[in-house]
Amino acid sequence: MELPKMKIPLIEFQKLTKRFNNRTVLDQADLQIYEGEVTTIIGKSGTGKSVLLKHIIGLLTADEGTILVWGQSLEKMSKRGRYKYFRQISYMFQNNALFDSMTVFENIALPLRQTTRMSEETIERKVRARMEQTELTDASGKYPSELSGGMQKRVALSRALVTDPKIVLFDEPTTGQDMIRRNAILSMIAEYQRQFGFTAVLISHDIPDVFFISNRIIAMDEGRIIFQGTPEQFEGFEHPFVDEFVHSIEKLEEHLTGIQSKRQFKIRNQVGLSRKHPQESYAVALFTLEHFDQLCEHLGHTRGQEVLNALGTYINKHFGAVGGFSTRQSTNQFATFLPFSDFQEAERLLKDFGVGLQGGGLGTIQAESRITPEICYEFAILGGVAEGKAGDEEIDGISKKAEVGQKEIARVRCEKRR
Amino acid sequence: MDNQNLFTSPFDYLGRKVLTLISEMGAMVIFFMRGFLMIFRPKQVGMIIQHIYYIGATSATVVMLVGLFTGMVLGLELFHTLLRFGSTGVLGSAVAVALVRELGPVLAAIMITARAGSSMAAEIGVQRISEQIDALFTMRIDPVRYLISPRIAASIICFPMLTTFFDLVGILGGYFTGVVLLGLNYGTYFGRVQQSLEMEDITCGFVKSLVFAVIVSTVCCFQGFYTHMRRDSYGAKAVGLSTTSAVVMSCVLILLSDYVVSSLLV
Repeated sequence: MELPKMKIPLIEFQKLTKRFNNRTVLDQADLQIYEGEVTTIIGKSGTGKSVLLKHIIGLLTADEGTILVWGQSLEKMSKRGRYKYFRQISYMFQNNALFDSMTVFENIALPLRQTTRMSEETIERKVRARMEQTELTDASGKYPSELSGGMQKRVALSRALVTDPKIVLFDEPTTGQDMIRRNAILSMIAEYQRQFGFTAVLISHDIPDVFFISNRIIAMDEGRIIFQGTPEQFEGFEHPFVDEFVHSIEKLEEHLTGIQSKRQFKIRNQVGLSRKHPQESYAVALFTLEHFDQLCEHLGHTRGQEVLNALGTYINKHFGAVGGFSTRQSTNQFATFLPFSDFQEAERLLKDFGVGLQGGGLGTIQAESRITPEICYEFAILGGVAEGKAGDEEIDGISKKAEVGQKEIARVRCEKRR
Repeated sequence: MDNQNLFTSPFDYLGRKVLTLISEMGAMVIFFMRGFLMIFRPKQVGMIIQHIYYIGATSATVVMLVGLFTGMVLGLELFHTLLRFGSTGVLGSAVAVALVRELGPVLAAIMITARAGSSMAAEIGVQRISEQIDALFTMRIDPVRYLISPRIAASIICFPMLTTFFDLVGILGGYFTGVVLLGLNYGTYFGRVQQSLEMEDITCGFVKSLVFAVIVSTVCCFQGFYTHMRRDSYGAKAVGLSTTSAVVMSCVLILLSDYVVSSLLV
């Protein structure tokens, strides 16, 4: 019988301990990071997350324990092997660490100028392309001190990605950003990760948004790794840390957006369903902003997030009137729970919603996203409903059914093309 | 027991200080050697030119100004002293030898320390505390090669040049007070300068300026580079203290090494 192949971690920590002046910052940390995945480290401030990242890039060395790279001890690796490994990593610092005496262009070009033999034309082309992707074209000749915190973050992001690294470490890439920019940066990271296939390790407090782009979650508390697994597994993770840290962030997020976290959404579902008689009907509607990646590419990640946010608010407002409540299901999807509707009524509600959306709703969304009619772009909104019975199936299963039955309910067309 | 502590504690303190000093000196020598060897790595020329401009061109005015007044004071004081012995004719020799062998290299080095050395320490210190040096490391750019080597190279090139300017302007300053203001003969002044200055004096001044270049660039860069290792302060305050330490230590070492080099070359 053939045994199933074990996936070898790209980076593995084995009982790693780090102390600063007798204070243990990392305590017997065991973790695995797999190639091509987005791994997010979450935890309260001062629990050793940045220290952990700095061990991966070699800025710090452990007091005890081992770091394995492709199963090989980093300590015992040859100088050449270590150099080769470190060359593949890029690091985006929490406070950006930009060179304040250099312009934005020079900052981004620095690693190419200093570590490669590329011609100045090639460097210029690569840097300009990155600047365009991160919406920094106008800031090319400016110094970091002349930029807002958000722009500085994007410069740091461009500099981290300009060398096309295989592993990128992001130390709180969204700190100090507003909600739209925060999601824009996360979606940018997700898009680049898909596009270039690098392994990303993120430290983030953007719960739950960061779960949508992550393959694995690592939770840290007091220097210890308390959870490792998929975002889905994390949803079922019971620990005081979850109540203390994750829920408090989710509540804040809900307060700011009106859109509930997945966890909160599930709790409200359960409460709503428990009040129903067994086999009583309810419905779930699922909305998808189609071709979201192309939209971001075309309008920029910030505008893309603004469209998504405006759509979420619009859905929440519309279905709130009939007792519904919504959550963000994935990067470009919203799920709405309709506790007092059966399938027929939900279909009618969806049809009305589609008509309203095409009639004036899209205009509202575009206005809220600061999109003027001169900008040429297209996107479609898909909607689908499914019915569930109290006490029967899990809400996730009903959402999946709604996704299968999705059809186009509204579309924005490029006026210039018509 | 307490008495014993009272008796041994000054020695304990002194011993600790000496050991720290020796280990810091050792670290500085290694730091300099790394920095010096990396001068010859690729992609260094542009950065060396940038630092030559900063250390050399922008310091030239202040160095020449100090040189001018040093020469003028020397001319004035020596003229009146030599007048007592009736030998004002050797004013040119006294000014030239004093400037070329001793005052030129020392004062020029102290001025460059104040002007460029302090800024080297502060700039590198700020880069250290704002994680810019860590950022270089993560980009696989050796911080010593990128930040330290060009400064050492530029110092080695600029110090002798600035010392030469200092000497020339100083001799002209001596001429101004001795000849123009106090009426000494023009030919006597420059004749004595030419007669008394030997290649050995110029070599002595040149060697000193090279030694000072190594000391100033190494001490200032070292203090800035290891700002984060200071135990007495952190952050901006640490940068300030590193800059002060860099200037004080450079000046003390300039005078100390001046004596050592002089005694070796006399």
